[in-house]
Amino acid sequence: MPHEPLTPADVAHLAHLARINLPADSLGHYADQLDAILDAVSRVAEVAAEEVPPMSHPQDIANVTRADVVVEGLTRDDALAAAPAVEDDRFRVPRILEDAE
Amino acid sequence: MSATSAEALVDYDDAVARYQPVLGLEVHVELNTASKMFCGCSTTFGAEPNTQVCPTCLGLPGSLPVVNHDAVESAIRMGLALNCDIAPWGRFARKNYFYPDMPKDYQISQYDEPLCVDGWLDVTVPGIDGAESTVVRVGIERVHMEEDTGKLTHAGGATGRIHGADYSLVDYNRAGVPLIEIVTKPVTGTGALAPEVAKAYVTELRELMRALGVSDVRMEQGSLRCDANVSIAPADAVEWGTRTETKNVNSLRSVERAVRYEIRRQAGVLDAGGTITQETRHFHEDDGTTTPGRSKETAEDYRYFPDPDLVPVAPALDYVERLRTTMPESPAVRRERLRAEWGLSEFDMASVINAGALDLVVATIAEGADHAGARKWWLGELAREANERGVGLADLPVTPADVAAVESMVGAGRLNDKLARQVFAGLLAGEGSPEEIIAARGLEVVSDEGVLVAAVDDVIAANPDVAQKIRDGKVAAAGALIGQVMKATKGKADAGRVRELILERLEA
Repeated sequence: MPHEPLTPADVAHLAHLARINLPADSLGHYADQLDAILDAVSRVAEVAAEEVPPMSHPQDIANVTRADVVVEGLTRDDALAAAPAVEDDRFRVPRILEDAE
Repeated sequence: MSATSAEALVDYDDAVARYQPVLGLEVHVELNTASKMFCGCSTTFGAEPNTQVCPTCLGLPGSLPVVNHDAVESAIRMGLALNCDIAPWGRFARKNYFYPDMPKDYQISQYDEPLCVDGWLDVTVPGIDGAESTVVRVGIERVHMEEDTGKLTHAGGATGRIHGADYSLVDYNRAGVPLIEIVTKPVTGTGALAPEVAKAYVTELRELMRALGVSDVRMEQGSLRCDANVSIAPADAVEWGTRTETKNVNSLRSVERAVRYEIRRQAGVLDAGGTITQETRHFHEDDGTTTPGRSKETAEDYRYFPDPDLVPVAPALDYVERLRTTMPESPAVRRERLRAEWGLSEFDMASVINAGALDLVVATIAEGADHAGARKWWLGELAREANERGVGLADLPVTPADVAAVESMVGAGRLNDKLARQVFAGLLAGEGSPEEIIAARGLEVVSDEGVLVAAVDDVIAANPDVAQKIRDGKVAAAGALIGQVMKATKGKADAGRVRELILERLEA
């Protein structure tokens, strides 16, 4: 199943969604690399027959559940121990939205 | 953040006379499991921040999610109650986005393989001013499972809102609490009733979830949240208009207000020759307006893909059928059954329901009262008090057992209505059980026959003229004497017995 080649604009969009800062002059380079990966993966589709259902897990199992029982988690101190910043027993995170234009 | 001045609102009746609204409602409900969707952390509301967290719900490396059995069961039961088909096989998906309310940078949800599909719910829109009620069938597109997000507090800036905040603080206690999302099909043809239909639908969903026992549905705690999609098109148009999605409308009244506002606002835009922007909007409780949300990222790209950490959910047919046999009577059927049992008019039944008293009346009857007695106290004395306190009836410190006890004492002549009201005052003031209050306040009806007879004789002696009239056959005159005996006994006599005694003594 051939796919449309990725454009530098596609790569820029993906990079934005993944919050990766890519220099503009590298977009073509990564487009080529991603194309090569997509080509490799699309070869799977060539051998996937109709009767082979798609799977997302290496084992053919379903319905693995746990009982609805409360289990002791982390203490608050442990939970917050690795946080870059803490305030009022909460994780402190940087400004989410830039000021409205 | 109100934008009323910028919006030309069309009068509501005018708007719905010329435009047809189409609704779509997405309701998120927290399930009432003890533990989270994918880990064993407690879901108790109101705990200290970040005390109900573990490596899984904090998204720490090496942790793995495992599905909560009861959450799946609750979702299936909800699907069955909404007349849905239950999917024989489905997977969880990752919804990817960068926002600190989820520490994993994705939310586990269901995407193209929801657990329940293609159902419906009949909702009753009450008639206004005694008009007949209308039943509207709302189609259900899907019911799927997902996890709730953490709670953000925005700090710095003047408004406490995300805009202008310097930084934000995150509490992950809520992250991972099981949610179901219930999505309607487009609701068309409601015309002017659209806002009421939206409200009635959310109300009925709430009743249904309470009946199933799958959620506490406390809207004030955010356990039920509604997003309202609204579009309008000219009455004769074939195609629907562009829709807006108003997020996080969190009370029944707000659902109605938000839909009404959007219809008026969109009519204003179209009347002015403008076009509706497909966007997310925010509802403002204070003035009932909506304003645009993030405009730049309207077309979200969540890059959903099946979560490789979880195996599929494949409810077996016999399991689903077994669950079907555990379904309670639907709230609508139950309401109609009780109404028939009690012999009430639709109007009287609506009073019970609107007061939020139905379950309390039923419980009071189970404690031995009859429905008339139960309704009398819950809809009278107690409803007034709840209203004054601004709380629900169930939040008053009076139980159905208390009401049944007081009512049975009235029936047995131990209390009269006036004394019963004082017992309720004591209950509301937290003075103990009805018996304790009667003892402490000295409320019991005077049942000592000797005391009553003495009081009656005194009153007769003091009113020879009235007594003579009664002897002569003017029994109606007894009222004056009854009043005096009641006064002499400080209201604690049984008026019926006093009347009997007066007539007996005067051989009338």
